Amino acid sequence: MTAIEKLATALIWTIASLAVIFLMAPLVITVAVSFGDSTVFSLPPPGWSLRWYERLPTTRGLAASLWTSVQIAALSTLLALILGTLCAIALVRGTFPGREAITTFLISPLMLPGLVVGIAMLQGFRAFGLRDTWTSLLVAHVIITMPYVVRTVLAALSLFDFTLIEAARTLGCSYLQAIRKVLVPALAPAFLTSGMFAFLASMDNYPISIFFTDAWTKTLPIQMLQLVEERPDPMIAAVSTLLILLAVLAMIVGDRLVGLKRLADF
Amino acid sequence: MMRWLPRDRMLWLAAPALFYLAFFYAMPLIYLLGRSVIGPNGPTLSLFAGFFADEYNWRVIGNTLRIALLVTLVSLVIGYPVALALARARGLAQVMLLTAIILPLSVGVVVKAFAWQIVLRRDGAIAKLLVATGIWDEPQRLLFTEPGLVIGAANVFLPFMILPIYSVVKLIDPRLSEAGATLGASPIYRFRKIILPLTMPGLISGMAFVFSLSVSMFVIPSLLMGDRFQTLATLTGRSFLLMRNEALGSATAVVLLVLAVSIVVGSTILSRRIGKAA
Repeated sequence: MTAIEKLATALIWTIASLAVIFLMAPLVITVAVSFGDSTVFSLPPPGWSLRWYERLPTTRGLAASLWTSVQIAALSTLLALILGTLCAIALVRGTFPGREAITTFLISPLMLPGLVVGIAMLQGFRAFGLRDTWTSLLVAHVIITMPYVVRTVLAALSLFDFTLIEAARTLGCSYLQAIRKVLVPALAPAFLTSGMFAFLASMDNYPISIFFTDAWTKTLPIQMLQLVEERPDPMIAAVSTLLILLAVLAMIVGDRLVGLKRLADF
Repeated sequence: MMRWLPRDRMLWLAAPALFYLAFFYAMPLIYLLGRSVIGPNGPTLSLFAGFFADEYNWRVIGNTLRIALLVTLVSLVIGYPVALALARARGLAQVMLLTAIILPLSVGVVVKAFAWQIVLRRDGAIAKLLVATGIWDEPQRLLFTEPGLVIGAANVFLPFMILPIYSVVKLIDPRLSEAGATLGASPIYRFRKIILPLTMPGLISGMAFVFSLSVSMFVIPSLLMGDRFQTLATLTGRSFLLMRNEALGSATAVVLLVLAVSIVVGSTILSRRIGKAA
């Protein structure tokens, strides 16, 4: 290696190490603050305590918003898995025209400004006569979760060898048996991974949910931001830490199922 | 195979999802666009004429583009070397880099923006670091300043720069660069003539991602800048949620939508053209 190559390599690795610190900093700081015993956000905290976690169950609105978020995230992920998987099978196996355009259309909610999509839905749903907040939230969140399912299941299906189904049929399986015994197990990791990340995307969504909340129905991020604005204290960090824990779990399961490198596929 | 469903009729499987998206997603967007150009007396551009006549709105557009450009630049300067490192990394280094990139992606923006509120305070970690290293003489507040906003947003969007670049870097055959070296090309020449052109499609899509995310971000500027500083997205949110000024909100929403769509479409065309030329 020449001197300039050594210099470039050293520079790349220095930036990469600093980037790891930079990227992890908000998560690490949130966790540290949540276990501190000071009411201001001094770092490192003067002492450690669980007082912010003890306050979570009694904070008004928090449990209710968590329950709303979990319900909406679970149901919207389930609906997205059903609709998205059927659609992905059609896109991979079908021979109809416009498949690439349809794929772009299905993924597009990830690329458009969430706030604009939210406003459009708010006005659109009103025009359709859909006024119930909870139902509107659910209907809107399927649009948020669907791209995650379509993207991952499409990738898994394009690696799947469909002649395996024919092989199972030759070996005496009925059509539905062949699907259940061959296709479903092959897609299971994709279902679980995309389902988890779709669930998290729904749990964390702010810009679309904000248009479908009222005094009784709020999702967790909406309630959290309201608390941040009303009285910022480390209790928010305690809620955040639980959400970070959820993300860590999702990543560990995702790593086991498909591997970290495939999670990074873009 | 599919006995009861020939392959040219597979479209039926896609129909439920397509109808769902058409009805609850595409139609509302078209309705929003339509209402912005159709007044009580037929088609009109008066909404936008009014919007663009107001000097304040130009300042808002300026804020939006300036911040988005800075965030994209910062992400590019950090993200490009990180993508190169990730492609070379093995073992523990690879796991650490991948974790640091993927984990924050599945943590909500409210959580991260709140953490940056803590970090950017006058007594926060960055101020302490800069004073300790002697760059600052005394602690200053970064919260509610533009540099603070750029740091926070770059942190949240950095993975969207790294991953598209990484997706093309990992495909580059290392022998190409070795062949160049054997033929006597200098490292800088090799970077300019081999690595840079081959990573260009990833570079463009990463920049487009970060730019359009920064243009549309709402929670981050709300928490890190406050009300005095408005971007197109925060103004859109405010006009609907606080001011109840639907005319202004629709105008900014449509401008934002057009901006985001043209970035995505433009960058796709650009990176395809470059991909073919390379």
